[in-house]
Amino acid sequence: MTALAITRMNDLFAVVMLSGIYSLMSAGFFLDLDAVDVAFTEASVGAGISTLLMLASLKMVKRYEGKTKYKPMLALGVVGATALLLIYGTLDMPHFGSADAPIHQHVAPRYINDSMAEVGVPNIVTSILASYRGYDTLGETLVIFTAGIGVMSLLRVSRETKDQQQKRVPADMQQQIILRIVAKMMLPLILLFALYVQFHGDYGPGGGFQAGVIFAAGIILYTMLFGLSTARLVFKSSLLQKLTAVGVLLYAGVGVACMLLGGNFLDYNVLRHDPVHGQHLGILLVELGVGITVATVMITLFFKFTWRTVKHKYIEQ
Amino acid sequence: MNIIGLYNYWIVVVLMAIGFFIVIAHENLIKKLIGLSIFQTAVFFLYISMGKVVGGTAPILDDKWHLYSNPLPHVLILTAIVVGISTTAVGLALVVRIQEAYGSIEEHEIQTLNAQDQIECQLEAYGFMKNNAFSVKSLDE
Repeated sequence: MTALAITRMNDLFAVVMLSGIYSLMSAGFFLDLDAVDVAFTEASVGAGISTLLMLASLKMVKRYEGKTKYKPMLALGVVGATALLLIYGTLDMPHFGSADAPIHQHVAPRYINDSMAEVGVPNIVTSILASYRGYDTLGETLVIFTAGIGVMSLLRVSRETKDQQQKRVPADMQQQIILRIVAKMMLPLILLFALYVQFHGDYGPGGGFQAGVIFAAGIILYTMLFGLSTARLVFKSSLLQKLTAVGVLLYAGVGVACMLLGGNFLDYNVLRHDPVHGQHLGILLVELGVGITVATVMITLFFKFTWRTVKHKYIEQ
Repeated sequence: MNIIGLYNYWIVVVLMAIGFFIVIAHENLIKKLIGLSIFQTAVFFLYISMGKVVGGTAPILDDKWHLYSNPLPHVLILTAIVVGISTTAVGLALVVRIQEAYGSIEEHEIQTLNAQDQIECQLEAYGFMKNNAFSVKSLDE
């Protein structure tokens, strides 16, 4: 329903808000389907960061969508035909929730039955993410890293001049005393929660991806209320850039360390004398690397977008 | 054959169709990106709903439970969500740059501007100076 409303709306602001609601609803849906880790990620990423980035870029473009020139009937026809074909394709798929579907036959039983003995981490999602499919996750961390670099180079802004430094841009919400005080009280809790999610990911839902995003959300809240210039005093862009790389290097470094100790790349068993301890250490380090990269990339994305908006304001004046 | 049990796929197909429609029928680039992310969520739903086992619980090992949902799709989608936001951010950055270069994010307006540019370049190549004062000045520099 929300998705349908999105197609019809002309006001892009409303569309972005609706897509935030849509993400939150899909997070609930994931929760219902037992995917707690996924719901966690979707709630923080989809409803939080993505809506914010959309709003920031909306500030730089026109708010209303123009009239469409094409005839929508043709598009509707193409879409309808594709949908019908897809539905025809689903007819011999296994039923929803059936335990004997092919997807549950291949590697999943091994993950569920043996991961406690092999990895020793109760949260199976974490053990697959960081250990069984560690290569995948390394690749995905690299994708995030690359996206961060891409946005950095696309939205590069010249270094702050002396003139700009003197008239530091005050945050739009500088006057909101209640918001500021509440945010000040909440910020340590948010950051603490992020750290909890980071290091408790082995036992409950959570891990590097979620923790990184939550950490970034805390910093973003601070930035929105206290101004970009203040936040950049703490998180200098050179520091952020270095940390982004440190995360990926930590991940890959663990892999290389495993190789040096005589195992395969990302084979944590050799890190300690006891394979299960080795797995614990490996997963902890790897998740830390993921968390650092995700957090810094998200903060960088937000900073770049907002800095661009601030620059637009200058041009208008 | 009982086909009601396939309803999860149909929800996915409908969502996918909506996303696809937004991407091809709308000209506003931000709208297109949102359509793309709806399309993406449809794929997420497909994976997660396939991993669900009726009566199962979240894949966190505990003595009280014996039936778990399949954790593999969860891992794939978990990372896909975060990768999705990073690629969306790159897309948004491109949109911002397009807005700065063309002053618009509507597809047909951009195409018209491009066509005009091309014609002007060709005219210039054939020696028709559309704006003489400007070209002389730029040569001097």
